[in-house]
Amino acid sequence: MDPSVIADNMPAFLAGFRLSLQLTLVAGAGALVVGALVAMLRVSPLGSLRAFGAVYTELLRNTPLTLVFFFTVYVLPQFTPFRFFGYAAAVLALTLYTSAFVAEAVRSGINSVGVGQAEAARAIGLTFGQTLTSVVLPQAVRSVIPPLINVIIALAKNTSVAAGFAVVELMATGRRLAQGNPGESIMVLVGVALFYLVITIPAGQLAGALERRVAFAR
Amino acid sequence: MADSVTADPAAPSATRPTGDPLLVLSGVNKHFGSLHVLRDIDLTVHRGEVVVVIGPSGSGKSTLCRTINRLETIDSGTITIDGEPIPAEGRALARLRADVGMVFQSFNLFAHKTVLENVTLGQVKAKKVKPAQARTTAMELLERVGVANQAEKYPAQLSGGQQQRVAIARALAMKPKALLFDEPTSALDPEMINEVLDVMVGLARDGMTMVVVTHEMGFARRAAQRVVFMDAGQVVEEADPETFFTAPRSERARDFLSKILTH
Ligand SMILES: Nc1ncnc2c1ncn2[C@@H]1O[C@H](COP(=O)(O)OP(=O)(O)OP(=O)(O)O)[C@@H](O)[C@H]1O
Ligand SMILES: [Mg+2]
Repeated sequence: MDPSVIADNMPAFLAGFRLSLQLTLVAGAGALVVGALVAMLRVSPLGSLRAFGAVYTELLRNTPLTLVFFFTVYVLPQFTPFRFFGYAAAVLALTLYTSAFVAEAVRSGINSVGVGQAEAARAIGLTFGQTLTSVVLPQAVRSVIPPLINVIIALAKNTSVAAGFAVVELMATGRRLAQGNPGESIMVLVGVALFYLVITIPAGQLAGALERRVAFAR
Repeated sequence: MADSVTADPAAPSATRPTGDPLLVLSGVNKHFGSLHVLRDIDLTVHRGEVVVVIGPSGSGKSTLCRTINRLETIDSGTITIDGEPIPAEGRALARLRADVGMVFQSFNLFAHKTVLENVTLGQVKAKKVKPAQARTTAMELLERVGVANQAEKYPAQLSGGQQQRVAIARALAMKPKALLFDEPTSALDPEMINEVLDVMVGLARDGMTMVVVTHEMGFARRAAQRVVFMDAGQVVEEADPETFFTAPRSERARDFLSKILTH
């Protein structure tokens, strides 16, 4: 085992790493927006919106991610005018899948805020939206941040599924390098693992720091 | 529960003139699943009137209060506020809720906002009052309920009595036509009950229309025109406070009063 295989292939590793990071950030941002909206549907006063939110969440949360990829790449084009390949398909699949977990985290955060807070807000004449944005969500943030960071960490690792769909991110890079250097495949995979850690460990530390900050801001 | 309101010449509250019907409930029914919690409730509260609602636990007092600003929906019957039926969900409902203030047993002050912000939020968001104006109004109201010196603190830093007075100021800030109180003093330590009741008596004197769920007989005697006794989802008896507490007509009311008086 020779660590120099990592150093020698640094440009390939970095390119793969950059793509994995980019997938995490773009799909993460998309999932936060979509997930927050779905969470709002799930606490809406309208039963039909709540039902839609529930079906959306349960469907995506309980489907293997690989299957969600298959749907965006092969099934979607058959029923819609949209064609997604490679990177775009990966962003879409990861966003949809992750948004269900975001919605769940945000919803449980919303539920952790006492029902009396929302009632008091409604009693002074705030609309549903105002109640959510001015009273409930600011208090939900405390309990939502730790699970959200966990969702993002899972997303960072889940980007590796894109390797099976013609996206040369970190995992696909590793596989290629391992094939090209059969004697050093273990070292190559160690390199891949290290690069994932570069994303996930700071995310975990960010979670801790944010948790301490919102704990003080009370 | 003893007469906890301090010395005050038993003002003949019942003679205070009251105006036209402001809150009108007629034939109101409400179920929670198979539980029939409000049964054919007819109740009219006139402008400027103070009505005390009393009754055993589980009789539907809170539910009654909460239907008046539609925190609970009703199954049948009508509720009008100043002649207008309560709208369904939406902006019209939000507007109406601002017209009927509510004070909760557990205060429910916004935990992440200062006392001052608690009193300005509704004005700015629901009534589109300019922030500077909202602050002025809020400080006046906090002054009136005696907690102006706590304006920059967070609710958790206040005593229960102070929090409840802030909650009253928060409700008043919306310039409501009527105020609903659901057991506003029953979560308070005994020594803080009077500071809240005194504020409420002051509001009554100033002509605020109030529906107050409470077992504080002293308050009922000092401030209410009418006591409404509920049992098992029904209005069993209505009378002026003196008559109700000294000579209740119904067996159920006599029974109930004997229980709360021996405690
Ligand atoms: N959200 C709810 N879901 C189901 N049942 C409820 C709900 N709220 C109240 N109830 C039931 O309805 C009945 C009336 O409750 P309500 O809170 O109005 O009584 P109350 O007179 O205010 O009693 P208390 O003096 O204990 O506050 C009770 O039997 C209660 O258990
Ligand atoms: Mg109650």
